[in-house]
Amino acid sequence: MKHIDEYRDRELVDRLVGQIRKVSKKPVSFMEVCGGHTMSIQKFGIPSLLPDNIRLISGPGCPVCVSDRKFIDQAIAYSRLENVIITTYGDLIRVPGSTSTLDQEKANGADIRIVYSVLDALQIAKVNRAKKVIFLGIGFETTAPSSAAGVMKAQMAGIRNFYLFSSHKVMPPAMEALIDEGVNLNGYLAPGHVSTITGTSIYENIPSKYGLGVVVSGFEPVDLLHSILMLVTQIENNDPKVEIQYTRVVKPEGNIKAQQFLDEVFYLGDDWWRGLGVLPKSGMKVKTEYETFDAEKQVPVEVEPTREDKGCICGDILKGIKNPKDCKLFAKACTPQNPVGACMVSHEGSCHAYYRYNRE
Amino acid sequence: MCLSIPAKVESIEGEMALVSVGGAKYNASLQMLDDVKVGDYILLHTGFAIQKLDEEEALESLKTFKEFEELNREMDEEEKKSA
Ligand code: SF4
Repeated sequence: MKHIDEYRDRELVDRLVGQIRKVSKKPVSFMEVCGGHTMSIQKFGIPSLLPDNIRLISGPGCPVCVSDRKFIDQAIAYSRLENVIITTYGDLIRVPGSTSTLDQEKANGADIRIVYSVLDALQIAKVNRAKKVIFLGIGFETTAPSSAAGVMKAQMAGIRNFYLFSSHKVMPPAMEALIDEGVNLNGYLAPGHVSTITGTSIYENIPSKYGLGVVVSGFEPVDLLHSILMLVTQIENNDPKVEIQYTRVVKPEGNIKAQQFLDEVFYLGDDWWRGLGVLPKSGMKVKTEYETFDAEKQVPVEVEPTREDKGCICGDILKGIKNPKDCKLFAKACTPQNPVGACMVSHEGSCHAYYRYNRE
Repeated sequence: MCLSIPAKVESIEGEMALVSVGGAKYNASLQMLDDVKVGDYILLHTGFAIQKLDEEEALESLKTFKEFEELNREMDEEEKKSA
């Protein structure tokens, strides 16, 4: 088991930190766009190991957080319909909509069931043929192939009462939008498990069009420090490119089969992101070939007008222009037990990660 | 939810496998991977195996995953007590 401890090895950590200090001269800001990275960075206290000229900021990497309030409101509206069962991943039910949460609707009698996989939702549809079973599809390229597989399975097995409400998103448009908006950035730590599916070609625009480096990173302290070293080396050599640090898991071409699932079921359409607004070609929408399973087409519903919260700055935090500690409600009115905004609900949200690991 | 867990394949039936994470058992669809065998380690994400792992990588990631889980559980309990 020698290998395991290597990724935590104090000596190796010290060597990497020393190397980073030696190489890095310019002041730089790197953004991580993966909730898992946010958790690791806060938990292992990575920022405290880095020299003052390197700043780490969290971006829009938490799937629950980037799902816009309109999506939550529509899910709530679905849950209020007769003969509908909502199936969802657990985190989503506590995210505040404009006037309610799925959790509150459940307490008021709505049939809302937490599932671990889309396959569980299919099973529920199979044994409740008289009901419409709507699955709330959130997540990036890592999660979306499973929803696609669910839709294909529903078709093959003739499960006609299963519907996907897709809020699945692709990561690169958000990464590019932040640079376009002028967020002060010098490189990206790219998400390990998204890249497992997509491979690295999706990031090519970022060095070629914007001149910023991208390093696909693993989740251990040594991985993150190694990735930071790779980014500062690119910067000091003036050589921005896409590199994989997490070679143990991520292949340049990704998982081709999973990509085929995505292509089969989804096309890219405009989509709403919390904090970022509408981004062109950033959302995975169900293709017309599968529209009989598309909740948005098959289950008409009236959705209340969106009301934004006063006080919650989750949107700005997702853009990397504010920090959870800049929020007046942080750790006071807003805690994981009583979350005011989406960024405090999910374990991968920045506010939640700061609350857990970096409150002082 | 976006976290992916390393798991060991215990048995396979058609495109479904029974996998174990520590002591816990889960069902995993193998639709997205070729040539998975009993004894292999995979990365499990929302009920689907999305990548093969070598054993060392799997054990190491499992350690991180467990730490997060334990820490989160502890803190959940603490918060419940203080609430
Ligand atoms: S601490 Fe709560 S209210 Fe403040 S930005 Fe985060 S989620 Fe919103």
